[in-house]
Amino acid sequence: MKYWPILWGNLKRRKARTFFTLLSIVVAFILFAYLAAVKVAFRAGVDVAGADRLFTTQKTAIILPLPKRYQEEIARVPGVAAVTHMSWFGGIYQNPNKGFQGVMQSPVDPEDYLAMYPELLLPAEQKAAWLADREAAIVGRKTADRYGWQVGDRIPVQASIYRKKDGSALWEFNLVGIYDGAEKGTDTTQFLFRYDYFDEARQYGRGIVGWYVVRIDDPSQAAEVGKRIDTLFENSSNETKTVTEKALAQSFADQIGDIGAIITWVLAAVFFTMLLVAGNTMAQSVRERTNELGVLKSLGFPDRGVLGLVLAESCLLAILGGGLGLVLGALATGAGDPTGGFLPIFYFPTNDVILGIVFVLLLGFVAGTLPAVSAMRLKIVDALRRG
Amino acid sequence: MASVSNWFSQVSAVTTTAVRTIPQRRGSSLATIAGIAGVVAVFVAVLSIGEGFRKTLRAAGSPDNAMVLRAGSDSEMMSVMLGDSIEIIAQAPGVARGAVETQGPDAPFSSAELFVIVDQPKRTTGGAANVPLRGVSPGAFATRPELKMIAGRKFEFGKSEVIVGEGARKQFSGLELGTTQKWGVNEWTVVGIFSAGGALWESEIWTDARVLQPAFQRGNSFQTVIAKLESPAAFDTFNDALTTDPRLDVQVMRESDYFANQGRTLNGIIRGLGLVISVLMGIGAIFGALNTMYNAVASRTREIATLRALGFGAGAVVVSVLAEAVLLALVGGAIGAVGAWIFFDGFRTSTLNWDSFSQVTFAFDVTAPLMIQGAVLALALGLVGGLLPAIRAARLPVTAALREA
Repeated sequence: MKYWPILWGNLKRRKARTFFTLLSIVVAFILFAYLAAVKVAFRAGVDVAGADRLFTTQKTAIILPLPKRYQEEIARVPGVAAVTHMSWFGGIYQNPNKGFQGVMQSPVDPEDYLAMYPELLLPAEQKAAWLADREAAIVGRKTADRYGWQVGDRIPVQASIYRKKDGSALWEFNLVGIYDGAEKGTDTTQFLFRYDYFDEARQYGRGIVGWYVVRIDDPSQAAEVGKRIDTLFENSSNETKTVTEKALAQSFADQIGDIGAIITWVLAAVFFTMLLVAGNTMAQSVRERTNELGVLKSLGFPDRGVLGLVLAESCLLAILGGGLGLVLGALATGAGDPTGGFLPIFYFPTNDVILGIVFVLLLGFVAGTLPAVSAMRLKIVDALRRG
Repeated sequence: MASVSNWFSQVSAVTTTAVRTIPQRRGSSLATIAGIAGVVAVFVAVLSIGEGFRKTLRAAGSPDNAMVLRAGSDSEMMSVMLGDSIEIIAQAPGVARGAVETQGPDAPFSSAELFVIVDQPKRTTGGAANVPLRGVSPGAFATRPELKMIAGRKFEFGKSEVIVGEGARKQFSGLELGTTQKWGVNEWTVVGIFSAGGALWESEIWTDARVLQPAFQRGNSFQTVIAKLESPAAFDTFNDALTTDPRLDVQVMRESDYFANQGRTLNGIIRGLGLVISVLMGIGAIFGALNTMYNAVASRTREIATLRALGFGAGAVVVSVLAEAVLLALVGGAIGAVGAWIFFDGFRTSTLNWDSFSQVTFAFDVTAPLMIQGAVLALALGLVGGLLPAIRAARLPVTAALREA
């Protein structure tokens, strides 16, 4: 590290420029973190979809219900390991503008549901409490944090579809558990309550569910098993369409369509432009010092030494700025999505953190290489003359 | 007075020199222009998505139309209304009347509607998309006079026929005139294509609600009633009559208010992301501008010092540096705003409107106010980026600067 003073001195010679270049690299990498998180958000869970899970929905449209009795029939289909169901509740918490935006609320069978989604981590005693109380509900960590809920709270939810038998639209649930996600991408926004209670208390629509989630024995048989299920209900008044969880998530991503793609592309374009500008500034600051490099060489610095010095300088700047940017970006995206809960899955994936580090190093090398190579090839006489 | 005019002539002399020498600093000046153009282009383009989306929803909401939903339902999709309440609503005071197809010469302008979605493949991806299918009553065409058939004919009431909005026809496959689709238990034939002045309806498929009910197992229920009022002022009369009627359990909204509310999820996403992108890019562009202007000041050190030695004031120097920054920023801003307009204005796409869980087709709308906002943003970036270097220029010690190489 005996060259440290030279490196440091070079960075300090135009403090303002070094500082602004550093900050623009920081900003670029914060943007990169958002880019990664937005990309994940618009892919709507495609990357974390379980390979062994299928979704059986009504064939005409996903909003149309299916009879509850289908559950037993699906369970008997060869290749099916387990079946559970979900339904769209669509309630409002507090007021329509704030309440439950982006929060999936569903009545479920607690045991079956938790067995179907092992990535939902619920403490055993909370699970027992859920099974013991018909009016009990559990919620994901993200939603609990968003509304400041704690276990033991009574949560009033205004139904917009299902009324209770007495005509009231107000459903109240006892919050007995808060689940965490086993992975970064696990959706921890869901609000889940008991189907048995819901079905008995609702005014109409008894005996129907929204859709089925099916676990299969062998993911490679997904297409065949799906076909078997759909054949079962062919020509009934409720024909079904069975697809993998991944395909369903992909179809939602496709439905969002160009908007997601455009925003992702814009972010990517911005990120690379910022890198280009920062890289250009870094390269320029070396070009301006051509005659100094000449002096170094005339003092006996070897070509490689000069190359290393210039590269080290640009890498140092890139690593300082990029590292800080990635850390800040991870903190910012971790603090929540910038839309106030509209995007339930929003995080900075580990793969993209690694990609970010690669970009940091690339920035350092590419911005440094061109001026470094020309510095290395420099003839002392030319360099000194250029003063 | 003389000193003021003297000051102005100083400013204009120094500024002219600064601007004339921009070509000598071509590289970094171009980088600044490009950076700011990029920020403004992205800012304008992202906001034009929201603008176009809102415009489509806004065009759907007419202020003299009232929308009746079940109390507590915040969207059509979630509302349920039974058949016997429909007639009470249609006969309520305040509803306009006139000739309606199949209903006679003095029928209420009201339409009981069903709103469902059907899976149709999106042209761009081939994947299934939630296309809205609206079942309407004969009064529907009187409540939405903006609806015009552009090909084929209207569907016949009582038949399994549909008409398709121009937007839906373009974005989804299988909806061309004459094609047949199976939705629910029926086969439906496309007999016409309609436009609706860019309103939301263009994203939809329309048919007779009475035919749609059995096909989707809806019995004699509807989801909403749309009524054309005698005037926008008749809303209160209509609203009071319905909400005080003990036979009904409904809420009444102006159609314009309802649709203004329908895009809030997508608007929230675009606004939230647009803000983050714009702020981060803006900060990045300011750093770029700062670097350029510091460079500009550094390369003009001698010149500035000479001017100061000749008696030019510090204020004139500050103004000249700021003027250069602002000029670069405005050029960049103009390029960005015009570029966004060329590339994005009118770009048609469709997306999932989470509030109605169905596809909405719309066009990006780069409006004049948006472009002006972009220019203002550029101006602000230029001023902020120029200020510190300007102060540095004014503070240069004359003797030291003259000596500098």
